[in-house]
Amino acid sequence: MADKYKGYRGEAKDKLIEQKVRVWSDVKIDSTRGKFVGIILPRAETSDDSHIVIKLRNGYNIGLTVNTIKQITETAYEEANYKIPEKEFPYDPKKPNVKLLGTGGTIASRLDYRTGAVIPAFSPGELYGSVPELADICNLQTEKLYGVFSENMGPAQWKGTAEAIAREIKKGTDGIVIGHGTDTMHHTSAILSFMLQDSPVPIVMVGSQRSSDRPSSDAALNLMHATKTAAESDIAEVMVCMFGPTSDEYGLLHRGTRVRKMHSSYRSTFRTIGDIPIAIVDREKITTLRTDYKRRRKDKKVKLNTNFEEKVSIVYYYPNMKPDIIESLIDNEYKGIIIAGTGLGHINKPLYEPIRKACQKGIAVYMTVQTLWGYVQMYVYDTGRDLMDIGIVPAANMLPEVAYVKLGWALGQTNKLEKVKEIMLTPIAGEITDREPHDGYLIYQGGLPEISKFLKSCKK
Amino acid sequence: MIKHFGELTHKEYVSLGFKCGLEIHQQLLTQKKLFCHCPAGLYSNKYDVEILRHMRPTLSELGEYDGTALMEFKTKKEIIYRLNNKSACTYEFDDTPPFAMNEEALDIALEIAILLQCNLVSELHISRKQYLDGSIPTGFQRTTILGVDGKIPYKNKKIRIYQLGLEEDSCREISDAGHIRIYNTDRLGMPLIETVTYPDIKDPWEAAEVAEVIRRLTRVTGKVRTGIGATRQDVNVSIKNGTRIEIKGVPRIPLIPKLVHNEAMRQKSLLEIKEKLRKKGFSNTSYKANFCDVTNILKKTKYKPIKEAIENSSLVKAILLPGFKNILSYETQPDVLFEQEISDRVRVIACLDTMPNIISTETRGANLSHTEWEKITTQLGSKNQDAIVIVWGNKQDSETGMKEIEIRAKEAIIGIPSETRQALPNGTNGFERILPGPNRMYPDTDLPPISIADKRIKRISAVIPEPPWKKEKRYIKLKLSEDVIALLVVSKYSKLFDKIVNDLKVAPVLVGVTIIQRLKHLRRKGVNINKISDAQIYQMFEAYKKNRFSKEIIPALLEKIATLSDKKSTVHYELGFEKAYKKLKINPISIKELQIEIKNAYKTYAKVLYKSKVNMRPRMERFLMGKIMNKVIGKVDGKTVRNELKKILNNYGR
Repeated sequence: MADKYKGYRGEAKDKLIEQKVRVWSDVKIDSTRGKFVGIILPRAETSDDSHIVIKLRNGYNIGLTVNTIKQITETAYEEANYKIPEKEFPYDPKKPNVKLLGTGGTIASRLDYRTGAVIPAFSPGELYGSVPELADICNLQTEKLYGVFSENMGPAQWKGTAEAIAREIKKGTDGIVIGHGTDTMHHTSAILSFMLQDSPVPIVMVGSQRSSDRPSSDAALNLMHATKTAAESDIAEVMVCMFGPTSDEYGLLHRGTRVRKMHSSYRSTFRTIGDIPIAIVDREKITTLRTDYKRRRKDKKVKLNTNFEEKVSIVYYYPNMKPDIIESLIDNEYKGIIIAGTGLGHINKPLYEPIRKACQKGIAVYMTVQTLWGYVQMYVYDTGRDLMDIGIVPAANMLPEVAYVKLGWALGQTNKLEKVKEIMLTPIAGEITDREPHDGYLIYQGGLPEISKFLKSCKK
Repeated sequence: MIKHFGELTHKEYVSLGFKCGLEIHQQLLTQKKLFCHCPAGLYSNKYDVEILRHMRPTLSELGEYDGTALMEFKTKKEIIYRLNNKSACTYEFDDTPPFAMNEEALDIALEIAILLQCNLVSELHISRKQYLDGSIPTGFQRTTILGVDGKIPYKNKKIRIYQLGLEEDSCREISDAGHIRIYNTDRLGMPLIETVTYPDIKDPWEAAEVAEVIRRLTRVTGKVRTGIGATRQDVNVSIKNGTRIEIKGVPRIPLIPKLVHNEAMRQKSLLEIKEKLRKKGFSNTSYKANFCDVTNILKKTKYKPIKEAIENSSLVKAILLPGFKNILSYETQPDVLFEQEISDRVRVIACLDTMPNIISTETRGANLSHTEWEKITTQLGSKNQDAIVIVWGNKQDSETGMKEIEIRAKEAIIGIPSETRQALPNGTNGFERILPGPNRMYPDTDLPPISIADKRIKRISAVIPEPPWKKEKRYIKLKLSEDVIALLVVSKYSKLFDKIVNDLKVAPVLVGVTIIQRLKHLRRKGVNINKISDAQIYQMFEAYKKNRFSKEIIPALLEKIATLSDKKSTVHYELGFEKAYKKLKINPISIKELQIEIKNAYKTYAKVLYKSKVNMRPRMERFLMGKIMNKVIGKVDGKTVRNELKKILNNYGR
C-alpha cells in the first residue's frame, strides 16, 4: 500500500521499513535520547527525511531523529479515519433558498488533527453540523465547483463560476453565496461583476481569514453574514462579505469592483477603496450605507458574457524600470497592458519608447495608480501628457487588478482598440466612479488620533 | 463529618488512595515574547483598544464537541481583549500568524529540560491546545514538548517528571461578570515552561515539598522570572474510586497542602453522596428533575434577592430534585455544602453571578416564608425524600441555570464530575470549568517543526548550572543551617558563596548567614542591597580574614557600603568597602586598649550597679558587655571582650 509510509522518504522511510513498522503503528521507540511511546504519524511531504514523527499519549507530537533511534517495536496498529458529522439541513418552505457554490478556501473545514491537513466541510449536512445557525437564515444547497487555493483561480474557473451562477439564477434561487479563498477574492469579484451583469439576486463572495478549525475563526460569522445577505438583502450585485472590524461584530458588504484585500492576515482585511462599502451586515440586520446599488428583482434574467482574452498583464512600475520589461511583453504577443504607475500615473522616460512601440503594434495600454486611492490624472504634469500622446489611456480610479480583469474581458469582446477603450471607460459595476466621498479614505482605515479615540471606546 | 487539614496522618492519606501530581508553570526571563517580537514582562492596566470576540467550539476527531468547549459555548460569553500598543501587536489578537519561536526562550527551556534529566525530543512540533474560555484570543495555546520522562532526586526517592513543555502564557483576566469577560493581553504570549510530574505524590505535605524542589530547580538557571504570577501551580488530585481534579493557578506553594487535603475530602464526600443516592435506587440514566415557573407564587415575597429580581422582570424557576433531601446540605469541604456545587455551576454556566444565586429547601438562614415554600412544594408535588432548588434570572439565563441544576444532580449519581477547580483563599476550591477532553490537541499548521541538533544540546549542557540537589548535599556537608541552604541553593549569591569559602577559607556558616540572612535583614530595613556588589562582599571577607575587623560589625559594614555606593559620584563603586571601613573607624585594638576600655566602663557604671541588692554579677556582666561592645564593635570580637571582662570583674572581686 502506497500510504504505508505516507510522506516519509530517504533514511526515515528506510528506518521504518527496516524496523517493520508503518504510519499509524503504535510503537515503543528506544533511542539514544531515551524511550518514547506513541503512534507514528504521516510526515508532511515538505519536511526533511531525517525525522520520524510520533504522537505521544498526551496528544503532543514530537519528532525523533532517525540516527538516534535504536529500535522501534510495534505494539498495535490503528489507521485513523475521519469524517465530518452530517446532520440533515432542515428545509423550511417559508425561508429563502440560497445556493452556496464552493471554489476552495477554508470557509468551513476542520483540521485532521493528526496530520495537520485541513478537511473541508462543505455539504449542507456538514455545514449544518458545524454552523447550525445557518438553518435559521435560509434553506441551503451547496455545489462544489472547484477545490483550489485562490491563487490558482484563473479565467477557466472564473468562466465556470459565472456560468454556474447564471444557471442558479435561471432556476430561481433567491441568492448566491460563493465560498472562495481570500487572496484573489477581489479579482474574482471584479470579473464576475463584468461576466454577470444585471443579476436579479445578490451574489455574495465570502471566505475566512482564520480557518474554521480554530475556535476564534471568522468563518462561521462570515458565512452567517453572507447567507443572510444572499437570502434577505435587496442588493442585487456582486459583493464581497467579510469582517468589518477585527471584533466579532459585523461584516461589510463591499462592491465587487471596489474591494481589495489590504492585509496579509488581519480578519478585516477587505476594504472598499476610493469609496465606502454598500452596507453593514450583522446577525440581526443589514444596514445600507448608500442608495446607488442595484435592487433585487423577481425575474430570473441575467446577462452572461464570459469571453476573456488571457494575454493581458499588469506592470507594477518601480524607479529605474528598464525598457526590456515592456519589450518582453510585446515580444510575447500580449494584447493588453495595465500599468500601475506612481502618484497620479507616471513612469520613467526610458519606458516611453517601448510603450510607443506597443501602442503602434495595437496593444491596449492603460494607466492606473499604485496609490490605489485616488484618480489617474495625467494632465497635471507634462510627462503625463506625453504619455497620453504616446497612446496610454488613463483608467480613472479603476483599481489595477480590476483594470486587469476588465481589460481581459474587454479584449475578449473585440479587437478594436477604440471599442475596447469605450468598454474600459464606461463603468459597468462601479469600477469607475464620478466622485470620491470625503469619508471614504478615513472610515475603516484607522490611524488618525480622532479615530484612535473612537476605536478605544467602540471596540474595533 | 469532614476532617480538617492536619487531622489526617500520612498513613490515612495512603489508605484513602490519595494521589497527586503537579503542573508547575514558570515564566522565562526573556526580552521578547515567544512567537512575536513584543517585549515580555511589561505589565500595565492601561489600554489603547478593546476587541470583542466569541469562541466557537470546533469538532473533535470523532465529530463531537469537547465538553469544555460546549460548556463555554453555553455561557455565551462576550470576550473583550484589552490591548496596550507597548505590550501587544496584531499577533496577540490573532490577526497575524506566529513569527519563528524565540530562540532565547528555547535555550532556557532546554537548559531546564536537561536539568530535569528528561529524554529530549529531536524535533519540536508546535501544537495547539484548545482553550475556549477566551484566555487566549486564538482559542488555543501554542505549546510544544521538549522532553519526557525526567527525574530529579527528592529525599530518598525520585520525583518522576512526565514532561516538560514550552508554551505561550495566557491573558490576565480583568473581570468576569454576567456575559462579559475582560482580559488584558500584556502577559499573553510570554514564554512559559510547564513541568508536569507523574501522580506519585502520596500526601499533601509532599505536594508542597515537590513543588518547592521544582521551583528551586528552575531558579538555579537565573533565567526565569520571579515575583507575583511568575510561577503558578496547577495541582491534580484524586482518591481511590475518585476522579482526577485539576486545581488551577495556585499562586503560592504553602497553600497547596490544605487545598489538596480539602479536595481529597470533597471527593470522599461526593462518593458518599453517590452511594446514598444509589441506595435510594436512583440511576443517572433515568434520573429526572421536575421544573416549574414560580414567578407568580413569589410575586409578593419579602425575600430580598428574589423580590428585587422579580422587580427587574426576572423569572423564578423551581427545580424538584427527587431524593436529594439531606444531600444539598451534605458537607463536601469544611463549611461548604453540596449546594455550593450547584451554585457554582449556575454562576459559571448560566452567568448568574450575583450571590445568592440559588436557594433551596436546605439553605440555612431565613429566605422564603413557610407558606411560599409550601405552595412551591405542592405545585411540584414534592415528597418527603426530595429537595427543591430555586434559581432566578432573565429568561435565557434562568433556563440555562435550571437545566444545569438537573445536570449537576445527575452527575452526583455518577460520582465526581471531571472539572478544573479554582483555589480559594481559605483553602477550599470552587468550580471553574469542565475538564477538557483528550482531543483538544491539534498540530499547529502555522509553524514548521524545529530540529534540536546534538550540537545545541552540547552547547547548553556545557554551561549548565549545578543542580540544586547537588549543591544542597555540598552545603549540608559544610554544616549550614536548613534555612540558609534552602535559600542559598537558588540564590544569585551562591557562586559568590562558593568563591569566598573556597578561596578565602572563611567559615562557611558565617558566609552563609551573611549572604542569606544579614542581607535580607538589611533589605527589610530599607537598605538598597542591590548597591552592594559581589566584589565588595568578597573584599569585605578578604579583610575579615586578615583580622582587620571582627564579625559583629558585618551588618553595619554592609549597610555603610550600600549607602556609600548609593552616592555613586563620590565613591568609586569598587572602593566601597575601604571607604566604609574607614568611616566606621574599626581599626582593630590591642588587648591592652580593650582592658582600658573595660576598666573605664566599670568605673563609670559601678555606682549605679551596686545600688541594687540582688545577685549582681550576671546582670552587671551583661550590662557592661553591652556598653563595651557598643564602643569596640568590629575592632575586637565579642568572645575576647567577654573573656577580658570576666577577668577584670574577677579581679575587682565580689
